[in-house]
Amino acid sequence: MNQEYFQKLAERLFTRLEGEEILFCSLGGETSDFVRLTRNRIRQAGNVHSAALGLTLISGARQAEGSCDLAGESGPDLLRAIRLLQALRKRIGHVPEDPYLNYSTEPSESQRRVEAELPPVEEALAELIGAAEGLDLVGIWASGEIQEGLSSSIGHRHWHQSNSFNLDWSCYLESDKALKSGYGGFRWDSSVLRSKLGAMRDALHVMAQPAVTIAPGRYRAYLAPAAVQELMEMLAWGGFDLKNHRTQQTPLLKLIRGERHLDPRICIREESSRGLAPAFTAEGFLQPDSVALIEQGRHAECLVDARSAKEYGESVNAAGASPESLALDAGDLSLADVPARLDTGLYIGNLWYCNWSDANDCRVTGMTRFGTFWIEKGEVQGPVKVMRFDDSLYHVLGDRLEALTRDRELILSADTYDGRSTSSALLPGLLVSGIDLAL
Amino acid sequence: MELLDDIAERFRSRAPSCDYWTLRLVAEESDHLEVRQGVVEPSVIASTLGAMVTIVTAGGVGYGATSDLSPSGLSSAAERAADWARMHASHGLFEADLFPRSATVADYRSPVSEPWKGMSVADKLDLLQRADAALDIDERILDCSAWITRSRLKQLLVTSDGGRIAQRFEYVFPGLLAVANAGSQTQRRHGGGADSVQQGGLERLAAARLLEEAPRVAEEAIALLDAPECPSDTRDLILLPNQMALQIHESIGHPLELDRILGDERNYAGTSFVTPGMFGRYRYGSDLLDVTFDPTVPGELASMVADDEGNAAGRRYLIRRGILERPLGAPLSQARAGLSGVACSRASSWDRPPIDRMGNINLEPGEGSLEDLIARVERGVLMDTNRSWSIDDSRNKFQFGCELGRLIEDGQLTGLVRNPGYRGISAEFWRSLDGVGGPETREVCGVANCGKGEPNQAIFVGHASPPCLFRDVAVFGGGE
Repeated sequence: MNQEYFQKLAERLFTRLEGEEILFCSLGGETSDFVRLTRNRIRQAGNVHSAALGLTLISGARQAEGSCDLAGESGPDLLRAIRLLQALRKRIGHVPEDPYLNYSTEPSESQRRVEAELPPVEEALAELIGAAEGLDLVGIWASGEIQEGLSSSIGHRHWHQSNSFNLDWSCYLESDKALKSGYGGFRWDSSVLRSKLGAMRDALHVMAQPAVTIAPGRYRAYLAPAAVQELMEMLAWGGFDLKNHRTQQTPLLKLIRGERHLDPRICIREESSRGLAPAFTAEGFLQPDSVALIEQGRHAECLVDARSAKEYGESVNAAGASPESLALDAGDLSLADVPARLDTGLYIGNLWYCNWSDANDCRVTGMTRFGTFWIEKGEVQGPVKVMRFDDSLYHVLGDRLEALTRDRELILSADTYDGRSTSSALLPGLLVSGIDLAL
Repeated sequence: MELLDDIAERFRSRAPSCDYWTLRLVAEESDHLEVRQGVVEPSVIASTLGAMVTIVTAGGVGYGATSDLSPSGLSSAAERAADWARMHASHGLFEADLFPRSATVADYRSPVSEPWKGMSVADKLDLLQRADAALDIDERILDCSAWITRSRLKQLLVTSDGGRIAQRFEYVFPGLLAVANAGSQTQRRHGGGADSVQQGGLERLAAARLLEEAPRVAEEAIALLDAPECPSDTRDLILLPNQMALQIHESIGHPLELDRILGDERNYAGTSFVTPGMFGRYRYGSDLLDVTFDPTVPGELASMVADDEGNAAGRRYLIRRGILERPLGAPLSQARAGLSGVACSRASSWDRPPIDRMGNINLEPGEGSLEDLIARVERGVLMDTNRSWSIDDSRNKFQFGCELGRLIEDGQLTGLVRNPGYRGISAEFWRSLDGVGGPETREVCGVANCGKGEPNQAIFVGHASPPCLFRDVAVFGGGE
């Protein structure tokens, strides 16, 4: 679905507004190829073409929201949209005034098109399967175009479109002996894929060593950026948004009360300026380039969406409650120095299935998974059987943090629950003096 | 269903030339009403309408999904599916003739005794406002809300072999939440049906008894603020049905999924500690453990007549008297693994392909009341309502947390404890099962957000269970 089609549909809806009604129209669409791979063969392959129209009808201080799918044919689409508009108008008659109704009254426009240089999907996949011959590769290829648009009867006109690919895979030796990797972006380069697969083959040789079993307890550890991402996603789950702060539900409660703090080197930002996710909100507000969430280990600003802004008297700086373009500042540890600085402990490639063990104390539990090794005197001794950790981020990002790496990794989300995600995170690795393993 | 039938008929009249095709049409409408802290939240009316065409041709299988249901839109989807089938033929994991074919003709309709429209929007909002007000009983309640979500889903699956399966699912999910705070301690408590989601109509709202439940929910949230932490040691554990649902889900349901056992989910949802050789002989739990795949329980969340590939669904034992019998694998996985299974190939919507899934996975009742179970515990803790879940990728090492705990001493419930949690290993935990409540204690619960698959899918699954007693479990409380 292109911008012109969406805009024309929106304009036709605006002509059907009555009295002082205001209408915000949004579009979320994608044309995606999804190919699942198991044992380096295609398990399930297909294509998804979808487009969903969102409407928010405002009448005075009342509002109602709705959505419907679009077919891409102007006649039937207009009919569906008008039907939805009528349903919202009817609903508005039954709802009271909304004290937290909040939308931008200033017209604004923006356009961003992130183009890609991609070969035909079939070609890229054939190349992958050939290059990974002999590997027990499992994962998913996702590629194609994503569109997000906003148009309002006030005069907002925003469009974000990107064409990208995301290959998210792992390679197994046996049982839980596995390594994970990913290659995504906007320009396909065969040599990058081959280089990643080559590095994986080398690492699988190390993984082939007998597995090390360790007992529960506290261990020195290095967490690679992919593992750090899991911890950041926990903080993103209610940690940064204004509503959860004001209702004391944030897992950073003791941080905002000043009872605990993180290491002064911990600086976390939402960086909309990265440009991979839309920079506008459904209510027509524009997001700032950057929002400091944690500065020098202390709480800085909250993410404030339109509704919370009105409820708590703040300014809008986010589309929702969670970061979409998170960044954790780099440190000064070079990657080459990681084994020596770790000396003896765990190299944790990934964490998995994290959840709050006790949110009041920012205590998280989760599992090691993929590429976790036992290191002694800077040398790899072997892979570690999966272990459960249960520890507070006030320790891992606080009093037990020794260093952050100088190099950071840009991780593009492979999430596809609500369509292909445009979220990303820019993260260093972390060296900690201890992480508590419970099982 | 008439609209879907018309679309299907048009597709059939221009059906692609191939070995086998299916067309799965999904139309879903939902409505969400919520009151939070005295304010009516924006109501959300949503609908989705789309189709997935699956094509078996030239020795491969592919799919095309689209929201364009015009003849040309469906033809385009079929062409894209055929393109992927040809690619699959060259690089496929399995032979296309293993893909199941269906000629099943069947209908299903959720049991609904009171239609959604039997109550006006104004009356629903009024009820929610009163329930929300009944939660706000104390200045320590910092947040509260009451809601109803209604969803109606029509699905029509037609196949080139003459299959036609029409299913109409209806759900009404009410719920309550109270958030209490004192200093740096915050406690959340759910109720009003939030932990017992089922199919049905407006009668689900009446069953939730929002007005009667609200004061209890709020009082418990406040009481938890001052309760001692759950002790950290090893003791007996009684799990109420709403937590049993999560326990069954994570450490029986997922490990028995055959696609995990076959390795398809290793990059995302994970693998399983269960291996093909275990079926028919492995002792999964104590003799008290009887677990069924049962799509026939009226109103349970995943009750259905057939799965999304057209396989007729029926009740089957997965575990009987503690011994593992069969996996959760649909015919394609069964053929790949050489094992029998169940009809469980399910998709979250029209834009995602079916994969092996849980349906209703139920722990069959034993004997006696909850009080009988408590009476058998000298030193233990009872846990209620899940709040945290984490398990390893082979579904073995788990750690779960609950909203509320109660100590058990000498066969009696004593004090409230906060932040209760427990850890275990699936392969050992079910062998410590030492008590299963009788039929009268069984509750029908479910999980409305089971995530799995690449591309990702979140789906509804049902779990009915009595309360259960486990011996010598590692339990713990909160704090750093």
